[in-house]
Amino acid sequence: MSASLPPSSPFQSNGSEPVGAAFILKKAVLSALVALGLFSLMVGVRTEAGQSGQLEYWTRFGELASLVGAVFVGSIAVELLRLWLGPRGGFGSFVPASVQSGLSVAGRYLAPALLIFTFLVPVIFYNQRYILDLGILVLTYVMLGWGLNVVVGLAGLLDLGYVAFYAVGAYSYGLLSTTFGLSFWICLPLAGILAAFWGVLLGFPVLRLRGDYLAIVTLAFGEIIRLVLINWQEVTGGPNGVSGIPRPTLFGIPLTPGEGGLAAMLGIPFSPTHRIVFLFYLILALALLTNWVTIRLRRLPIGRAWEALREDEVACRALGINITTTKLTAFATGAMFGGFAGAFFATRQGFISPESFTFQESALVLAIVVLGGMGSQLGVALAALAMIGGFELFRSLEVYRMLVFGLAMVLIMIWRPRGIVGHRAPTVFLEKSKSISSDLVKEGHG
Amino acid sequence: MDYFAQQLINGLVLGSIYGLIAIGYTMVYGIVGMINFAHGDVFMIGGFIALISFLVLVSVGLTAVPVILLIVLLVSMAITALYGWTIERIAYRPLRHSFRLAPMLSAIGMSFVLTNFSQVSQGARVKPVPPIITGGYTLHEGDSGFVVQLSNVQIVVVITTIVLLGLFTWLVSRTRLGRDMRACEQDQTMAALLGVDVDRTISMTFVIGAALAAVAGMMYLLYYGLVDFFMGFVAGIKAFTAAVLGGIGSLPGAMLGGLAIGLIETFWSAYFSVEYKDVAAFSILIVVLIFMPTGLLGRPEVEKV
Repeated sequence: MSASLPPSSPFQSNGSEPVGAAFILKKAVLSALVALGLFSLMVGVRTEAGQSGQLEYWTRFGELASLVGAVFVGSIAVELLRLWLGPRGGFGSFVPASVQSGLSVAGRYLAPALLIFTFLVPVIFYNQRYILDLGILVLTYVMLGWGLNVVVGLAGLLDLGYVAFYAVGAYSYGLLSTTFGLSFWICLPLAGILAAFWGVLLGFPVLRLRGDYLAIVTLAFGEIIRLVLINWQEVTGGPNGVSGIPRPTLFGIPLTPGEGGLAAMLGIPFSPTHRIVFLFYLILALALLTNWVTIRLRRLPIGRAWEALREDEVACRALGINITTTKLTAFATGAMFGGFAGAFFATRQGFISPESFTFQESALVLAIVVLGGMGSQLGVALAALAMIGGFELFRSLEVYRMLVFGLAMVLIMIWRPRGIVGHRAPTVFLEKSKSISSDLVKEGHG
Repeated sequence: MDYFAQQLINGLVLGSIYGLIAIGYTMVYGIVGMINFAHGDVFMIGGFIALISFLVLVSVGLTAVPVILLIVLLVSMAITALYGWTIERIAYRPLRHSFRLAPMLSAIGMSFVLTNFSQVSQGARVKPVPPIITGGYTLHEGDSGFVVQLSNVQIVVVITTIVLLGLFTWLVSRTRLGRDMRACEQDQTMAALLGVDVDRTISMTFVIGAALAAVAGMMYLLYYGLVDFFMGFVAGIKAFTAAVLGGIGSLPGAMLGGLAIGLIETFWSAYFSVEYKDVAAFSILIVVLIFMPTGLLGRPEVEKV
């Protein structure tokens, strides 16, 4: 934990060692041997329960050999890349300054351009249902990312149970509408309020926790909510979920064929695409609302307090900021947007079950926020587009995509821990942060 | 009473398994101050390797059960330790001086990698094995016909745990490596100045933690007779709860916490509801962190400014 130790990352060669062909080869052989040890049984032998329930196995030495070979070649490639990039090969050094400034200019126009394009998507791709559905999915994650961004990106509270609020929102709408027949537009604020209430409920006990502990408690909270949803069968329907959730209406006008539907009122022929387009604009509006509120809140004292809390909790307290309200509002605000997104999810799917609210979902949203650069609104949107779009591209490789997702998370933490897209610097910061001595950089001090 | 005694036995056996995993969490937290989120999945990998090596050994014609068990134990400890070493090397060491959320996020990524790696390489279905150790003793037969039993598997699990704990305690308190580990735990800079190889010591911490998790994985396989790729997640959180309950950073605390969690879970399932046993375990985690953040045997963490 101390900063004065010599850096010992395998991604930096410290100059004293001769980096020659022999060194690279030795390293590659060692890596290949480690890989052989790791994969020998897990890949080399495949087990499966046979017909009679008896476990059988067969060997796969071909796959094992090719994996070990891949590690060998990959190791050589990484070493050569490191030689080429120089001893402290970061990606920052490899983009010239002029290109970087050009990128920042482009970045300024990127957000409006992206927004205009998003508005036009239903017009351009009107006949391509798949793209519209994908757009709705991406926008849902953009909204979730922006909501979680308030908690993680602005207030710096690592929340691994965000999906709990998404679930609360979805079940609020699902149960209120199927039990009491309330409409979407009444349930939407209710779902947000209920989720915010749960956010405060979670916030109270974890006020004193920080960092890793907070992460684990929020994770446990998310799992508790999911387990209750599974087991409290009388209310939530258990693993079967809630079905027959009503579709949203355009402020009371249903988007259905026949009398009284929107198509009939406007005198145009009915098409099921109307509902998809409506859903698209609905989630776009909700996401933009989240964005707008976040940007406005940032300029208020509470937003400044969140950012101060993210940078240094102790200093925050010393300056007289009320930590309790600051943390609770962050949790409540983030949870409220999660609840809105949940209600939207329920109305879009028409069916919800606990399976949609697993830890993987939380981790995905968290990964979006982290990749987006923790605090950058545009970054989160781009990260959501990249992640969800990427997931769709590799749909045929279903089983591998979570594997790749995990690997990407590790690699990005190593290469660009502050996010690939960008990162919002704190408004005020120390110029020479390097001179802080090691005992000051303990947990909770950024 | 008989029912209670039976649940007590079951709880202690389950608690031993949790305790073995919890030691890995508590050691790593003590020395590098991070929650090794992938540790539960290391436990799962250990279970898989035990299963595969067991199958291979049986099919090559070995019949002596103690010999098989010993070889399986050693193989799964060795290979899983290699996993622990590799994980630290790839995912955690480059991040040691990064910002505070980075190792946690990297660990979550690693957990996904391990879960999905075993799903891809071994398939998603549950792997059952026939009971390897059979038989047991009847301790007491009640009037109502309820029998308190102590099976041989349970004896093996508890004895293996005790032996390994003894070995491990000796390692930490009496050997050079143990001294280095304790030194790094207190002050890495000072330890480095005094000639302790900090990198190697941290690596060894991960190796030992993973080896103990492998033992837990094998015990799980023996006791429940199955492994699947997703078992590391819940077991991991529960073992972490055990580590927190015992006081994170404290080794006897981890074992004590493991036993406590095992007992609570078993009694909760026996007397209240099986469905909510995980909820009970997770609630304990939250309650302990709020009201007793230092756990049973932990030292209060002094906040330096």
